[in-house]
Amino acid sequence: MNSSVGSMNSSRVDAAPSVLLTGTSSDAHTWNLVHLQLVLEEIGHTVANLGPCVPDELVVESCLGLRPALVVVSSVNGHGFNDGLRLIRVLRARPELAGTTVVIGGKLVTDGLRNVGMVRRLTAAGYDRVFDDGELPAFRTFAARTPDRAVS
Amino acid sequence: MTPASFGGFVSRAHARGALVVQPRMGFGDPRQMREGLRRTRDAGAVTVGTLTLDSYTRVNDLAAARRAVRDGVPLNGYPICTHPAEVSRAMLDGVHEAAFPVQVRHGSARPEHIVSALLDLGLDATEGGPVSYCLPYGRTRLSDAVAAWRTACALLAEARTDTREPHLESFGGCMLGQLCPPSMLVALSVLEGLFFARHGLRSVSLSYAQQTSPEQDLEAMAALRALAGEFLPGIDTHLVVYAYMGVFPATRGGALRLLEEAARLAVASGAARLIVKTAAEAHRIPTIADNVEALRTAARAAEATTPRAAGAAAGSEVYEEAAVLVRTVLGLHDDVGEALLLAFRRGLLDIPYCLHPDNAGRTRSFIDTDGRLRWADTGLLPLPRTALTAARRVTSDELLTALTRVRRIYDQGGIR
Repeated sequence: MNSSVGSMNSSRVDAAPSVLLTGTSSDAHTWNLVHLQLVLEEIGHTVANLGPCVPDELVVESCLGLRPALVVVSSVNGHGFNDGLRLIRVLRARPELAGTTVVIGGKLVTDGLRNVGMVRRLTAAGYDRVFDDGELPAFRTFAARTPDRAVS
Repeated sequence: MTPASFGGFVSRAHARGALVVQPRMGFGDPRQMREGLRRTRDAGAVTVGTLTLDSYTRVNDLAAARRAVRDGVPLNGYPICTHPAEVSRAMLDGVHEAAFPVQVRHGSARPEHIVSALLDLGLDATEGGPVSYCLPYGRTRLSDAVAAWRTACALLAEARTDTREPHLESFGGCMLGQLCPPSMLVALSVLEGLFFARHGLRSVSLSYAQQTSPEQDLEAMAALRALAGEFLPGIDTHLVVYAYMGVFPATRGGALRLLEEAARLAVASGAARLIVKTAAEAHRIPTIADNVEALRTAARAAEATTPRAAGAAAGSEVYEEAAVLVRTVLGLHDDVGEALLLAFRRGLLDIPYCLHPDNAGRTRSFIDTDGRLRWADTGLLPLPRTALTAARRVTSDELLTALTRVRRIYDQGGIR
């Protein structure tokens, strides 16, 4: 492929990303993050992918440094509810990030069931949307509406 | 405890035509761990034992491991640094012996604490590597992993006596489990094996994980054998096959057929050892009974297979690519560890779809129409133009299809 396509860790080396994509602190899975990066790039986003096992502070620093229009948190190890709740509180505690769109999705709890109370607590804590495992079409539609993507 | 040389045991079994089969197995409870080892030993196959460690021990969060043991919280492996040494010695007593060596498997990028603990228990076989246990997992800097593995190798090498020969297996044949082109897996196994040897190990094994094409897998094993011969002369070296490490078939029939195919690959390609997967793999942490079934299934498939005459590896696609990668890296620096760091920094080694900050991330791979794993983008790899047979963009849907291809084929009853 050509040089306009950057690395797996970021879409284009020389452009500010429109999306910051990150795993959670306890989750070592990466294929979900690789897949979502491709999904986001296909609908015109540029992506900074922080990868797996990301400490909360690194997500905050990256948000402050890169100022993405959208932050996507993905977790599939069953600890996403707890890790995600802690992360969003840290992010929303920063006034600069109060208005940033932040969503979370994946297999967020070990029982794998859609849990209304869980979704309510995550949105109450500051997530703009919560996507269950299998809601990729809804995520795609949502991400395509997010501004700041390069329509190619 | 009778000394049990891991490499020697495997070589002797290989010389008499038996494939050594080995589980991935670890339990937090010492009694259950002992039972797992005992039933592995008595499985009715030529086996070696495995102590797979828990994830707290892997990342050196020993406080969390201690809390779990104290509170009776189940762990996903054996906390070798946490149970008192006398408890672990009693767990191994009468099980770990010359006729049944035990290897410690852990996944740690910084394994010094684990190596110290296993040596203290009279064990001396383990696995991993500065690249293969760093890049796929977590965020440990590659330079930190290289430094830690230098120390770990030195600890193992210092433990050598007249009756004790420490053994180290490279995990380089796995790298994210799936979709890494075989030439890269072969090159990393050889480079890590060489790293171990340069840091004092005299007995090593090189790994290769079953991929998507049986023909390409055979080619990869032949390349691994040839390069081991070229780069590790005078070192006791055997080859180990891992049954498929990607998304595993969900059906019992599909899972066992895939395992049998791995056993056939191991024997046909002259590997001395196979690490199995179980019929439960896609659903839960396998039980002891799941593992015993897998060991027996693999051993039966192995017995029904005859080794192929060792053909010339040179000239094959996998060999040519792997040889270029190994030679390029070794040309960068006299010290293999420094050479590996330079190679990743410059993108001369680059694992497709690996998100680690020290991986250049410019390469991509795909499964070609003939089932072989190939490069969709070679990035800055020093590969010939022919390595890029089909420069193309891999879409998100194609990635998902590729990740689940083996599961789909085997669940539908096919073997290739």
